[in-house]
Amino acid sequence: MKALRTILSIAYAGAIYVFIFLPVVVLVLFSFQDGRLPVPPLQGVTLHWYGEIFSDSRLMSALANSVLVAVVSSGISCLLGFLAAYGLARYTLPAARLQRALIIAPMTVSTLIIGLGLLSLFGALGIFRSLWTVGIGHVVINLPLCFAIIYGSMGAHQVNVERAARDLGAGEWQVMLLVTVPMLMPSILAAFFLALTFSWDEFIIAFLLSRFDVTLPVEIWSMLRSGLNPKTNAIGSVVFLVSILLLLVMELLVFRKPRRAS
Amino acid sequence: MSTLTHERAERRKAWGFVLPALLWTFAFFVVPFIYMAAVSLWTRQGRETIHSWTLDNYLNFFGKPHLLQALFNSLEVTVIVTVISVILAYPLAWIIAERVPRRFQRLALVLSILPFWTSYVIRSYSWLLVLSDSGPVNQALVWTGVIDTPLALSATRTATVIGFVHFFVMLLTLTIYANLVQLSPNYRRAAADLGAGGLQTFWHIILPLTLPGIMVGAFLTFVLCIGDYITPQILGGNNELLLPQVIMLQLGRTANFPMAAALSLVLMAVVTIAYLLCARWLKIERA
Repeated sequence: MKALRTILSIAYAGAIYVFIFLPVVVLVLFSFQDGRLPVPPLQGVTLHWYGEIFSDSRLMSALANSVLVAVVSSGISCLLGFLAAYGLARYTLPAARLQRALIIAPMTVSTLIIGLGLLSLFGALGIFRSLWTVGIGHVVINLPLCFAIIYGSMGAHQVNVERAARDLGAGEWQVMLLVTVPMLMPSILAAFFLALTFSWDEFIIAFLLSRFDVTLPVEIWSMLRSGLNPKTNAIGSVVFLVSILLLLVMELLVFRKPRRAS
Repeated sequence: MSTLTHERAERRKAWGFVLPALLWTFAFFVVPFIYMAAVSLWTRQGRETIHSWTLDNYLNFFGKPHLLQALFNSLEVTVIVTVISVILAYPLAWIIAERVPRRFQRLALVLSILPFWTSYVIRSYSWLLVLSDSGPVNQALVWTGVIDTPLALSATRTATVIGFVHFFVMLLTLTIYANLVQLSPNYRRAAADLGAGGLQTFWHIILPLTLPGIMVGAFLTFVLCIGDYITPQILGGNNELLLPQVIMLQLGRTANFPMAAALSLVLMAVVTIAYLLCARWLKIERA
C-alpha cells in the first residue's frame, strides 16, 4: 500500500515536471538546430543561431534598452517605495490606510489597462512614446511591489535601534542611511531584483508605450512574425540563462542568511 | 521647541517621505485612469473622435454579438484554466510538502517553477513549437501510432489553455505549497486519534484549511489570465478572440481609443466582480 502510494506520487510528480519542462527543453535544444526549422528531428548541433543573435544590432540594442529600463525603473521604484514605507511605518499620518491602499492599488489592475491609460494620457498631452514612457509605466507597476515588500519588513525591533541611534545624536538622514537602510538591505535587494525581473520581462506596457527604441520582449514579439525560427530559440535561451543567473545572484545576496535548523 | 511645533515639523518630514510615491501613483495611475474613463464616454466615427458624452460604446458592447462573445470566450477560458491548474497543482504541492524529504523540498519547489523565468513572450512561443504540426507532441503521437496525421493543435483554443495552464500550475504549486507547510501536524494527529482515515482527514481537515490559499492563488490566476494578451494572441491565433485581443484590435485598425477604453473598463468590472465574489476568502489587506 505504502509502496503503491510512493510509486503513484513519483509518477504524478514526474508527469507534471515533464509538462512544466517540455517547452523549455524544446526551446533550448532546438536553439542548436543545424537547419532552418526548430522542430524535430534535430539535424545536428551548431552555434550558428547564437552567432546570428549577437550580430543582430537591433536585437542587441533592444537588449541594452531592456537592461537600462529595468535597472533605472527598479531603482526608482525601490527608492520611492522605501521612502514611502519609512514615512508610513515611522510616523503617524492622517489617512495612512488610504495612502497605503493608493500606493498598492496599481497591483490590482491589469497591466493592459495601466498601459492603455498612460498611452491615452500621453497621447492627449503630446508626450512622445520612448524608453522614458516605458520606464514610467514600469515604475507604476513595480512601486506597489517594492513598497509592499519593504513596508512588510519594517518591524518594531528596528524602531528601538533607530531610537538608540537618535539618542546617541544621529540626525534623521544619518539614522535612515546608516541604520535603517542597512538593516532592511535584504528586503530592499529582494524588492529591487524582483522589480528587475518583472521589468525585464514586461511586454504589454513596453509594447504600448514604446515607438522606435524598443525593449527585448517587444523585439522578440516582432521576430515572431517571421514564424518559427531557431534564432528566436537562441535569444529565448539567452534570456532564460540571464534570468536564472539573476535568480542565483538574488539567492546568494538576499537569502544567504544562516539556515535555521529544522 | 514646543511640542506642537515639534509635532508639526515631524509631520512635515513624514509627508516629505510619502509624497513622492503618492504623487507618482496619482499622476501616472489615478489621472490616466480617470482620463481613460472619460475617453470611454466619447465615440469614434471614421477618423474623428466625437467629444460628447454618451454611453454608446457600452451599449455597442452589449449590442454587438462579436464583442460580447469575446467576453464570454475570456470568461470560459479563464474558468477552465483556473480549474485545471488548481486540480493539477494541488497534488504536486502536496507531494512536495508531504512526500519529498525536507531538505530536498526547496530544490523540488525551485525546479517546479524554474520555467517561470523564461521570458513571457518566449514561453508562449515555446508552446507554439511544442504543439506545431511537426512539433514533438505530434511527432510522438504519430510515431507511437496513436494518430495518423498531425493534430492541428496550434492556433486553437486548446493551445491557449495549455499555454495558460503551464504558467499557472507553477504559480499555484508555489502558493498551495506555502499553505500546506504552514499546517500544524497536530491537526492530522488529532484527526487520526479520532479515527479518521487518510481520505477523511484530507477532505474534512486539510482541504478546508488550505482553501484560503487555494482561493488566493485561484483569484490571482483569474486576474492574470483574463487580462493577458500574449498567450491567446500567439497560441490561439485569430479565431475565437478573447477580450484583451479585441481591445488591442481597436487600437490597431481604427485607432478607436474610446472603444478600447470602454472595453478595458468592462474587463476591470469583471475582475472587480470576481474579487467581490471571493472576497470572503481573500485576506489581501492585513489590518
